[in-house]
Amino acid sequence: MTDIAIAHQLPGLAEAAHEGPASKRIITGYGFWIFLLSDIVMFSCFFAAYAVLQGQTAGGPSGAELFNLRNVAIETIFLLLSSFACGMASVAVEARSHLWFQIAMAVTCVLGLGFLAIEFREFADLVARGAGPSRSAFLSAFFTLVGCHGLHVSGGELWLLTMMAQVFAKGFRADIQRRFLCFALFWHALDIIWVAIFSVVYLLGSAA
Amino acid sequence: MFGKLSWSAIPFDQPIPLIAGAVVLVVILAVLIWVVVAGHLPYLWREWITSVDHKRIGVMYTLLACVMLLRGFSDAIMMRAQQAVAFHSQGFLPPAHYNQIFSAHGTIMIFFVGMPFVIGLMNLVVPLQLGVRDVAFPTLNSVGFWLTATGALLVNISLVVGEFARTGWLPYPPLSELTYSPGVGVDYYLWSLEISGIGTLVAGINLVTTVLKIRTKGMNYMRMPMFCWTTLASNLLIIAAFPILTATLAMLILDRYLGFHFFTNEAGGNVMMFMNLIWAWGHPEVYILVLPAFGIFSEVVATFSGKPLFGYRSMVLATMAICVISFMVWLHHFFTMGAGPDVNAIFGIASMIIAVPTGVKIYNWLFTMFAGRIRFFTPMMWSIGFMVTFIIGGLTGVLVAVPPADFLLHNSLFLVAHFHNVIIGGVLFGAFAGYTYWFPKAFGFRLHEGWGKAAFWCWLIGFYVAFMPLYAVGFLGMTRRMQHFDVPEWRPWLMIASIGAGIILAGIICQIMQLVVSIRHREELRDTTGDPWDGRSLEWATASPPPAFNFAVMPSVTSEDAYWAMKRRAREEGVKEPDYGPIDMPRNSPTGFVCAFFATVMGFAMIWHIWWMVIVGFIGAFATFVVFAWRDKDEYEIPADEVARIDRANRAARRELITAAGDL
Repeated sequence: MTDIAIAHQLPGLAEAAHEGPASKRIITGYGFWIFLLSDIVMFSCFFAAYAVLQGQTAGGPSGAELFNLRNVAIETIFLLLSSFACGMASVAVEARSHLWFQIAMAVTCVLGLGFLAIEFREFADLVARGAGPSRSAFLSAFFTLVGCHGLHVSGGELWLLTMMAQVFAKGFRADIQRRFLCFALFWHALDIIWVAIFSVVYLLGSAA
Repeated sequence: MFGKLSWSAIPFDQPIPLIAGAVVLVVILAVLIWVVVAGHLPYLWREWITSVDHKRIGVMYTLLACVMLLRGFSDAIMMRAQQAVAFHSQGFLPPAHYNQIFSAHGTIMIFFVGMPFVIGLMNLVVPLQLGVRDVAFPTLNSVGFWLTATGALLVNISLVVGEFARTGWLPYPPLSELTYSPGVGVDYYLWSLEISGIGTLVAGINLVTTVLKIRTKGMNYMRMPMFCWTTLASNLLIIAAFPILTATLAMLILDRYLGFHFFTNEAGGNVMMFMNLIWAWGHPEVYILVLPAFGIFSEVVATFSGKPLFGYRSMVLATMAICVISFMVWLHHFFTMGAGPDVNAIFGIASMIIAVPTGVKIYNWLFTMFAGRIRFFTPMMWSIGFMVTFIIGGLTGVLVAVPPADFLLHNSLFLVAHFHNVIIGGVLFGAFAGYTYWFPKAFGFRLHEGWGKAAFWCWLIGFYVAFMPLYAVGFLGMTRRMQHFDVPEWRPWLMIASIGAGIILAGIICQIMQLVVSIRHREELRDTTGDPWDGRSLEWATASPPPAFNFAVMPSVTSEDAYWAMKRRAREEGVKEPDYGPIDMPRNSPTGFVCAFFATVMGFAMIWHIWWMVIVGFIGAFATFVVFAWRDKDEYEIPADEVARIDRANRAARRELITAAGDL
């Protein structure tokens, strides 16, 4: 194969002129995407552990006996709506509207807190019924997977509040916009992970 | 108030760790006092501790690796001495202590010698080779380094406060569960690796983004030096593999701290899940370490053979092939644990396949040397020593990749000899080659050749004397990690191995002497041009040590071996002075250091169950990030005439060199 033919097949690899370093916005966004990928690798380990341990109830309750799909549906709606609100905050950043940005972020925050409250109640209820994480390997994996997502949402809440304060104090500066871009990516990624949890843990678990 | 921590945590009854700890403490205190009294503290703080310059961070990573190498080697020589004398006797190390030593040796050598050494060299060199001024995330880079240092610190604290794990360098459950390891040893292991693992992940994200998004004009992927390619591959592996380690250790932490049942014997826990998860990280980890070494050898062999790297494209392909296949062989670490013949066969074949791209690389280096004018400087010696040694290690690797053979050799000293053969012969020789090769770039003077060659020969001979007997004694059936033994046939081999460890010690002393002698004679060894080896890639196109901004004007690349082409053009066309402009550089930041301080507090508190201190550590770390996020100016400007002044000095020296070469 000649070099030209190779260049034809791999335009990215042999492009004629590379224009030099990318812009800061691209670099920041790109780096954060890679972080999210690594985070998803971590979640995939917890998913794998859950899949392996799902049947190991050690004589304790199984998913079908524990999960309350109505609760989970409400949780899901809260989280998806908060993602929508976060999208509105992105629009507000583009429009440079302080008021709408703070409103949209506040809504995101409250919906996220609502999600966390429901999840916390679910966990507390399970522990009270004697179905805590040390009851069986299945419940260990369940609490870890769902709890890890919950921890991410909690961390996201801290970040969200910091973001609101920053925009309030410093306005839509370029570096703050880049930071908000990362926050938005993070918040949406948590949605994607939740959709996987909803399907793999709750839907499949209730059916079994 | 202080959780599980009390005075009984300090092993007053064990003289060896206590004396070792006391000596280290005295040395550290002496250095600290000297730094403060001599007034170096402001300099250290300003220029190193808070530095976000990739070159400085690279040097600090490498320094950490060298210091930890001394610690890891002390463990090694104690083990060799113990096994040399422990025939029909208990030797001088009680079992509980011996078990900690082999666990600490493995943990330190992999996580705090191998990793920081290769990450340090990548940090130092890759932006220079790409022709740019910095990495993608300078402050995060500093955070990553200091978190790695935190991990190393915690492991070393375990020497005097409490104990280290007795479970081996990978804490296999159920032994590592609370039931069988109730002490804090495993907790030290877990928290130091969780914290340093986050540091490694940060470094990986940073370097991948740098290679993919920050290259100078004209630096296409297929024009990048080989070291940049292996850096990319190795850091892609970090991003894909280290989260697995984080998750796996987190599960073990939950088992130990909150009574979960991931890997326990009761309540449905699954021990084999730990084996699969830990090796899904562990096998790529081997390639995370060795791929950068392959890159270093590629640079060194091409430079000292005076030829472009043979088969550049096949080298790129081989690197990326290793990157992918390395995720498909993990099960060969536990063929004997009951996966069955079909699964074993598949993973055995995959393991043999990975030897193919590695073989491609060996041939490429050989053909690069073929018909070249080879200059036998120290880095080239390490490279040739590597090629011979690594082939032996690779061949024994293919041997244990055959499942039936593995059933005989598993857990024996044959295996220990095999992985030391590839890690010393591959990773460590590579790191030493890179250290001697790029030392003048980092500090502006070369290392002494005589002491360097002496170190090389001691290490090479010492390695063979220390580890070839272990192959033999492995064939004779000796299992690894034995505190004492009663088989007379093993004894002579173990005596020879201890002599080998002594020769390696001589090598390390030569390396320390090399450093001392080179610093004292630095004026004679001075590199005035920035190009001491007649190099081929862009790191040699700037002064040694490079100015903070690396390149006064970012170079424009038109072919492979960018700097070689520039030198040739310069000889024909002469060197013209460019138009200088002001340069923006990132400002220093104590974020990394402060954050690591709180991480240390938090890790220590977690290990000893001091819950209020955990909360303090967490709040501190979060507050640090908020303060960092709050700053208004993250860059400072170097004015154009300052850039011109710094650059002209180097240009004059370089012009002389090129004119002189033109006259030849």
